[in-house]
Amino acid sequence: MGEAQVQDKAEAAAEQPAWLDFVEQTIAALRARFGQEAIEESRFRDNVRVIVPATKVYEVLAFLKNERGFDFLVDITAVDYLHYPNARDRFAVIWSLMRTDNGARLFVKTFLNEPDLTVPTVFDLWKAADWLEREVYDMFGIRFAGHPNLKRILLPEEFSAYPLRKDYPLRGRGERHNFRRLTREQS
Amino acid sequence: MVTETRAGTGQAEQAEREYLWTLNFGPQHPATHTTLRIVLTLDGERVVDAVPDIGYLHSGFEKLGEHLDYNQYVVVTDRMNYISPLANNIAWHCAVEKLLGIELTPRCKYIRTILAELARISDHLLCVGAAALDLGAMTAFLYAFNQRELLYEIFELVCGARFTTSYTRVGGLMYDVDERFIARVREFIKQFPAAHANITRLLNRNRIFIDRTKGIGVLSREDAINLGCTGPVARASGVTRDLRKDEPYLAYADFDFKVVCMKEGDCYARYLVRMAEMLESLKIVEQAIENLPPGPVNVDVGTRVVLPEKPKVYTTIEGLIQQFEVIMSNRGFETPVEECYGAIESPNGELGFYIVADGSDVAYRARCRPPSFIHFAVFPYLIRGHMVSDVVAVLGSLNIIAAELDR
Repeated sequence: MGEAQVQDKAEAAAEQPAWLDFVEQTIAALRARFGQEAIEESRFRDNVRVIVPATKVYEVLAFLKNERGFDFLVDITAVDYLHYPNARDRFAVIWSLMRTDNGARLFVKTFLNEPDLTVPTVFDLWKAADWLEREVYDMFGIRFAGHPNLKRILLPEEFSAYPLRKDYPLRGRGERHNFRRLTREQS
Repeated sequence: MVTETRAGTGQAEQAEREYLWTLNFGPQHPATHTTLRIVLTLDGERVVDAVPDIGYLHSGFEKLGEHLDYNQYVVVTDRMNYISPLANNIAWHCAVEKLLGIELTPRCKYIRTILAELARISDHLLCVGAAALDLGAMTAFLYAFNQRELLYEIFELVCGARFTTSYTRVGGLMYDVDERFIARVREFIKQFPAAHANITRLLNRNRIFIDRTKGIGVLSREDAINLGCTGPVARASGVTRDLRKDEPYLAYADFDFKVVCMKEGDCYARYLVRMAEMLESLKIVEQAIENLPPGPVNVDVGTRVVLPEKPKVYTTIEGLIQQFEVIMSNRGFETPVEECYGAIESPNGELGFYIVADGSDVAYRARCRPPSFIHFAVFPYLIRGHMVSDVVAVLGSLNIIAAELDR
């Protein structure tokens, strides 16, 4: 795939999204505010990511929302890097932001390690965070401090594991069999 | 059954709220269409609070995505929003191709665009038809399903399946389309406006339909943005965002079409936006089918991501080796050790995949951003203060697909 990739890089450089300047300015503003070393930047295709420490993530997100106009929370997700090549940290939480008026996209990423799997909630900034944070908690066991109703959302309350973690097997650990069964007479 | 509302857990408040009663809506209810449950707190017939309870259809699609390769997973995406499976196929492979840096052939882009728009029409038809059906308008539903049947036939012609299409592949498509497809689509374009007009005439000025939808479930522009709404739901509230225009993917930049927006943000506006979008989609299909470029549908075999054509596999050694290289589990194609988010404008809104690749041909993480999930979270905000009979109107206008909601 060597040749194809070279060609593709040339193409990618040719058609940059129009909002890239704005995102670059945003990153410069973030660095001015939070310090050069706190904000790490990485890019892939048209995705621009900033990697921030978990202690500063709320302030960064609030800054992006209030000062830089990222009014749209596209997604919150997490990744378990347990078996990932050259990974230093176990988990990452990724906030995917967008600005509705110019379409700028920015990904904010923070790394977490056991035992402290807690990040602050952003429910007060974007109400869309409600269910997205609950889903991350449900699937990865990452807690969002300050969330008004942090309960499991897709899985039943009594489920004991976090299934999207990499040490959880594809076919489960037999939780299904251990569920209490309701028969027609009991209900 | 123990239920809880978000407000009022204190003893005194409890007594004050004694007159409220709880109604369990779903998970098996004709108006939920699929399995979703809402616990309604009612004051007489007025909804005080609604707490959605989801997960009945959770099937671990994201976990499966970590065990199936980039081509196999397309089968799972069919099962997400099964009202418009082609749109999911395209969304998944657009994200994968973005990750791999593959530039599709013009013909493939056009065919995908045509099918994505036909899928949008079929999705909107079902949404409009079913929303009307829930409000008692049976006839519009039948007109809509008649048209959907024609679309199903087109999909069947293209890929052999009516429902679970799995039509896209990394770097191309399962098969090329032929003349019959073009003829069928032309036929569809010709007769669709009449059917569309029939639905319009039945509903747009229908007194009962307007009474049941106008001013119901109003979503303001600020709330739509803050709650993360996309697609027709956001556009009915005045958010002028459409990824087809804002981040033109596939061949959308080549076509002339409008983004439909309204300001009211109620169920009626969402209905009108969907109706108008169908005609815009038809415009795109018409332009694309008349300008369908010739040439191959798959990217060059040299990129080592697509399967060679079957006759070549059977008759040439190069073809056989190529097939082997792609299919064998210890070969497959290489991916960058990177992560990438790619999204398209699915009929329901922004459908994106956040793919983390670890160099192998199986995604390390395949996060799906499902529009139904985000939109269902909005439901309690929309229904508070309305009558219990409006639940189905609001639910119908949001077009919640439980398979996509729970994945």
